[in-house]
Amino acid sequence: MERRVASDSPRANLQPLSLHVPEPKFRPGDRVDFAAVEVPPAGEARRPDTAADAGEFRDLAYTLIRVLDEDGQAVGPWNPKLSPDMLRRMLRSMALLRAFDERMFRAQRQGKTSFYMKATGEEAVSIAAAYALDRDDMCFPSYRQQGLLIARDWSLVDMMNQIYSNTADRLQGKQLPIMYSAKDAGFFSISGNLTTQYPQAVGWAMASAAKGDTRIAATWCGEGSTAEGDFHSACTFAAVYRAPVIMNVVNNQWAISSFSGFAGAEATTFAARGVGYGIAGLRVDGNDALAVYAATLWAAERARTNAGPTLIEHFTYRAEGHSTSDDPGQYRSEGEPNAWPLGDPVKRLKEHLIAIGEWDEERHAAQDRELADFVKAAQKEAEANGILGHGLHQPLDTLFDGVFEEMPWHLREQQQQMIDEETASGRPWDRK
Amino acid sequence: MTTMNMIQALNSALDVKLGQDPDTLIFGQDVGYFGGVFRVTDGLQKKHGLTRCFDAPISEGGIIATAIGMGAYGLRPVPEIQFADYILPAFDQLVSEAARLRYRSNGEFSAPITVRSPYGGGIFGGQTHSQSPEAIFAHITGLKTVIPSNPYDAKGLLIAAIECDDPVIFLEPKRLYNGPFNGRHDQALRTWAGLPEADVPEGHYTVPLGQAAVVRAGTDATVLAYGTMVHVAAEGIAESGIDAELVDLRSIVPLDVDTIVESVTRTGRCVILHEASRFGGFGGELSALIQERCFWALKSPIVRVAGWDTPYPHAFEWDYFPGPGRLAAALASVMEN
Repeated sequence: MERRVASDSPRANLQPLSLHVPEPKFRPGDRVDFAAVEVPPAGEARRPDTAADAGEFRDLAYTLIRVLDEDGQAVGPWNPKLSPDMLRRMLRSMALLRAFDERMFRAQRQGKTSFYMKATGEEAVSIAAAYALDRDDMCFPSYRQQGLLIARDWSLVDMMNQIYSNTADRLQGKQLPIMYSAKDAGFFSISGNLTTQYPQAVGWAMASAAKGDTRIAATWCGEGSTAEGDFHSACTFAAVYRAPVIMNVVNNQWAISSFSGFAGAEATTFAARGVGYGIAGLRVDGNDALAVYAATLWAAERARTNAGPTLIEHFTYRAEGHSTSDDPGQYRSEGEPNAWPLGDPVKRLKEHLIAIGEWDEERHAAQDRELADFVKAAQKEAEANGILGHGLHQPLDTLFDGVFEEMPWHLREQQQQMIDEETASGRPWDRK
Repeated sequence: MTTMNMIQALNSALDVKLGQDPDTLIFGQDVGYFGGVFRVTDGLQKKHGLTRCFDAPISEGGIIATAIGMGAYGLRPVPEIQFADYILPAFDQLVSEAARLRYRSNGEFSAPITVRSPYGGGIFGGQTHSQSPEAIFAHITGLKTVIPSNPYDAKGLLIAAIECDDPVIFLEPKRLYNGPFNGRHDQALRTWAGLPEADVPEGHYTVPLGQAAVVRAGTDATVLAYGTMVHVAAEGIAESGIDAELVDLRSIVPLDVDTIVESVTRTGRCVILHEASRFGGFGGELSALIQERCFWALKSPIVRVAGWDTPYPHAFEWDYFPGPGRLAAALASVMEN
C-alpha cells in the first residue's frame, strides 16, 4: 500500500508507523521450545495476609505461585498441607473428569451427540478450586469447568442426559450440550455468550453481601474472554463494591485458534489486570492442583472476611482442541502440549502422592480402570434415556415452556399451531 | 388519594416496594444520594438505607449484569438506565442473559429484574435523549415491555413489574414526567394537578401487565397508542372530529390482543401511533396482528403514524415528533373508505 504521507509534510522524515499484529511463536510444523516461558521455582512466591491492601500484589501478579516442585514435593508458604485422603480424593476427581471427557468426546465422534468440549490439561483449575470452596458458594463457570460438577459429586448420568438432550435431560433439550445448569450444585446456568457470567457473579456476590450472608461467588473465564467488555465491568463493580467474589482467568494460551497475545498477553499478565482495578491479583501454576487449591482458599478467606475480591490467573495449557468442531493441528504445533513446561496436572498430583508414599502406579492404574468402568456404566444408563437424533427427547410442546413464568397468549397459540401442524403432517406426535 | 405527577408516582411505587420487600433494591447511575437525574429515586436512600438504593458506575452492561446476578441470588433488583438511548451497552446482558435465563436453565434460574429507563422525545433531547427502543425489546422472546402514560398507571404498572418474576423493560415517557403532553408544543405547559389519573393511592396497588386501557370509547375508528402518544392521540382525535376509540396499550409484551381485536372488529378502521421510527417499529407487528385477526372487518387499510426513519433530530424536533395534526390527517384518510 502506498504511504499516506504527503511529501511536503513536516513528518516526511519520520519512519512510517507500523501495525503490530501478534503472532504465536510456533505454528504447525514448527519445533517447540518453551524456554522463554518463565517458570519460577516452587515455593518461591510469598503468601501475603488475606487482608492485605490490593496495592500490595504487584509482585504476585507477575510471578507464579507454585507448590509442587520437580521432585513431586509440596513446598513453600502456599503449601496447603492437605491430608493424604484429601489429596487422593482430588486426584480421583481429576482423573474422573479426564475419563468423562474422553468418553464424551468419543460419544460425539460416534454421532451420539452434536458437540463436546474437553478440559484436558486444565483439570486442576476447576477441581482444586471446587475443593477449596464451600459447597454452597455459587460458581459462575464458563463451558470448560465441568470439573466443578465432578468435584461436587454431581451425577455423571445427569450431565450425560444433558449432553444427549434426551428424555431425562433436566434442561429439556433446550441447551447445547455441556451448557449445564445445576443450581443444587451451586453451578450457574452456562451461557454461550462469553464472559456474561463474570459481572453476574459479581452481582450475586453483591447480593450475598447486601443480605449479610456468608456465601461467596466464584467465576471463571478463559484468557481470550478477558477481552470482552463484561470482564471490565465485572472488575470495576467487584472493586467498587468490594464484592465477595473470586474471579478466575484460565489462561490456557489459546482462544480457539487465537493465541493469548490477542487478549493482550504479550505486554502483561492477566493477574496484573486485577491490580489495575484495585483487586488482589494472584498468578498461579494452573497445572499444580495444590497451588490452585491454596490460592482459591486464600481468596475465599479474603472474600469471606469482607477484604474484597481476588483475581486469579491460572497459567495452564489447553492440551487438546477447542471443541469437537476444532482441529488445533491447523494453527499450532503438535509439539506444544507435550513441551508445556508446567506438565500435566493429573500426573503431577499423582507423582506428589507417590513421592510422599501415599500412592503408587498400580493403584493409579487400577483407579483409572475403575473410573473408566464407572463412566461407561453412567453412559449406558444415560443412553437408555436416549441420544440425540434418536427421537427420545422431551415432548415437543415443552419447547414453549419457560420463556416466561406463565405462557402468554401468543406462545400458547404457536404451541397449538405446532401441535396442529405435527398432527396434520402425519409424523409421530409423541406427547408422552 | 394524593395528587402525584409521574415522577412522584414512580417514586411512591419504589418506596412501597422497598418498604414491603426486603429483597427489593435499586441501583443505577446517580440514583442513590442524589435521587436520580429525574428525581424518581429522591429520598429513597435516606429512607431505606445505603444498601437498598445506591449509586452505580457508569456501566450499563455492568448494571444489568449485576442485577441478573442479584436476581439469581434471590433478590428483586430494580436497576435504572438513565436514558433508554443508553441501554444498548447492556443489550447483550438483556437479550442473551436476562431474557433467556429461565428458558435455558428450564426454570432453575430466572431474572426477576425491572429495568426502569426514561424514553421518548418531545424534549429537544436530540439523538441520544429521545429514542423509543420498544420494538427492539418486543422482538426478544423472554422480555416484557411496559410503558405507562399517566401517574396512576405508572405506579400500578411499576409495582406489578417489580412483582413479576420475568424481566421487565419499564420505559417511562420522560415528556410526561411533569405533566401530560398532547403535542401542542406552542401551548403553555400543563401539569398533572387536577387530572383524575393524577389521583394516586399512597399504598400498594397494581395495574396488571398485559391489559390495555380504553381511554376514549368511539365507534368510527380505533387508535392504538402508548406513552406520550396516548395524549397526542386524544388531541388528534379531538382535532379530527371523528368518533375514534383510543386504546392505551400499556404493555407492549405481553400485548392485550383481545382488547385491540374487539375494538377494531367493531370500528373497522385502525390508526397506529408511535414515536419510534416506522420501519420495523412495533406498529408493524400491531398492523400484522390486526390484519390477520380482523381482515374481514376492516373497511380501510391500517395506517401507521410514526417517527420518520431517521435518527432523532434536534432542530427539527416538531417535524419529527408525530403530532396531533398527523394523527388527525390519518384518521381522516381511513374514514375516506
